[in-house]
Amino acid sequence: MPTVKFTYALRRFFPSLKDTEVNTTSLPDLLQSIDAHYPGIRSYVVDERGALRKHVLIFIDGEVINDRDNLSDAVKENSEVHIMQSLSGG
Amino acid sequence: MKQTLLLGTRKGLIVCRKKHGNWKISDLHFEGVPVSIAYADERNGTWWACLDHGHWGVKLHRSSDEGRSWSEVTAPAYPEGAEIKPGEAATTRYLWSVQHGGVHNPNRLWIGTEPGGLFRSDDGGDNFQLMETLWNYPDREKTWFGAGRDTPGVHSIFVDPRNEDRVLVGVSVAGVFETTDAGKTWVARNKGMKAEYLPDPDSEVSQDPHILVAAPTNPDVIWVQHHCGIYRSVDSGHSWQDVSDVNGIAKFGFGIAVAHDNPNQAWVAPGTSDEKRVAFGNALCICRTDDGGQSWQTFRKGLPQENCFDIVYRHALAAAGDDVVFGTTTGNFFTSNDRGESWELLSNYLPMVYSVQMI
Repeated sequence: MPTVKFTYALRRFFPSLKDTEVNTTSLPDLLQSIDAHYPGIRSYVVDERGALRKHVLIFIDGEVINDRDNLSDAVKENSEVHIMQSLSGG
Repeated sequence: MKQTLLLGTRKGLIVCRKKHGNWKISDLHFEGVPVSIAYADERNGTWWACLDHGHWGVKLHRSSDEGRSWSEVTAPAYPEGAEIKPGEAATTRYLWSVQHGGVHNPNRLWIGTEPGGLFRSDDGGDNFQLMETLWNYPDREKTWFGAGRDTPGVHSIFVDPRNEDRVLVGVSVAGVFETTDAGKTWVARNKGMKAEYLPDPDSEVSQDPHILVAAPTNPDVIWVQHHCGIYRSVDSGHSWQDVSDVNGIAKFGFGIAVAHDNPNQAWVAPGTSDEKRVAFGNALCICRTDDGGQSWQTFRKGLPQENCFDIVYRHALAAAGDDVVFGTTTGNFFTSNDRGESWELLSNYLPMVYSVQMI
């Protein structure tokens, strides 16, 4: 199963956050799955359209995803998915 | 007498309390997080914090115990299909105003947002619905521009205490709009305002109220600090008169406060001009009228008078009783206990101050 890892910055809002295995290879479903573990976290990552927030990055196996609007990038069974913040403001 | 200040700042929600006649900073919430609006609902004591996380989106939190504990509630969200303009999906970018819906509608709460949507909750803030008829106001895409921010924002909400279904909103570079049926239908109320930045300054829409405040003792009297001057209405917003000081400095600015006991007394914090958004003459002052804007006095005692670049944002000037307070873009915060005639410095190293409410 894919493993989701999170930026430390999200621990401020979700203190129990840890690496989480999810039973899906679809990014939108993956976000629903982690939202079930950590209620509300999805809204920190994507907006009400489901599009990735402007200053958030998702990496799949070290590669930044291409489709920030629909999150259609492929996740493999053994992928590591990192949810990170893009640095801004210097 | 009001004994507490809630400050929304760029680095958190700051609480000040009055002790022995002096304001003191007492608490900090959401440290490091921009708080666009800090609001206390006077009906039930609930505190609301509108957060603007740079990375994680806008969030809404509330507290029923004056900030000892907070819980996050779902922030207003635009429904599927809502577009700022064709092809550009609308999402909540900023929470810019909060107003309770009146004592006869104890669970009603209004929130104004950027990119221009007004939301209403009828369950105490658990759920919010976009006021579609205002969002779908004719030609909104073409006539609501947005100003300092990229898209229009609902920054002012006035609920008429005599008829709580009557609401006036102020929208940046869009104008003043009125509903008398709790949001089902809307009409523009900008007659008399001048938009000097438009080919047609008398345009019924695309006006730029910076803030709208009704007089507590006479809600028919409404004050607007507009991009192009100070306006006052004595007929509930049906017509507006320019009451800027033609020979003085009370004209350009953002904030306005109205006395709790006198619809003719109001304060503004003048900036130099649209093109020079700094304290007028690089010296900080507050102007007050006691006669409905026919004349203005300028007060400077206790305020810095040189090398001063402060602007007072639209929600950052407030009055109650003899107290008047304001915070600035450079983190200065001043208080007055004589209706603005003299000032005391509370702090000159706060974060940028976005909002202040006296409770």
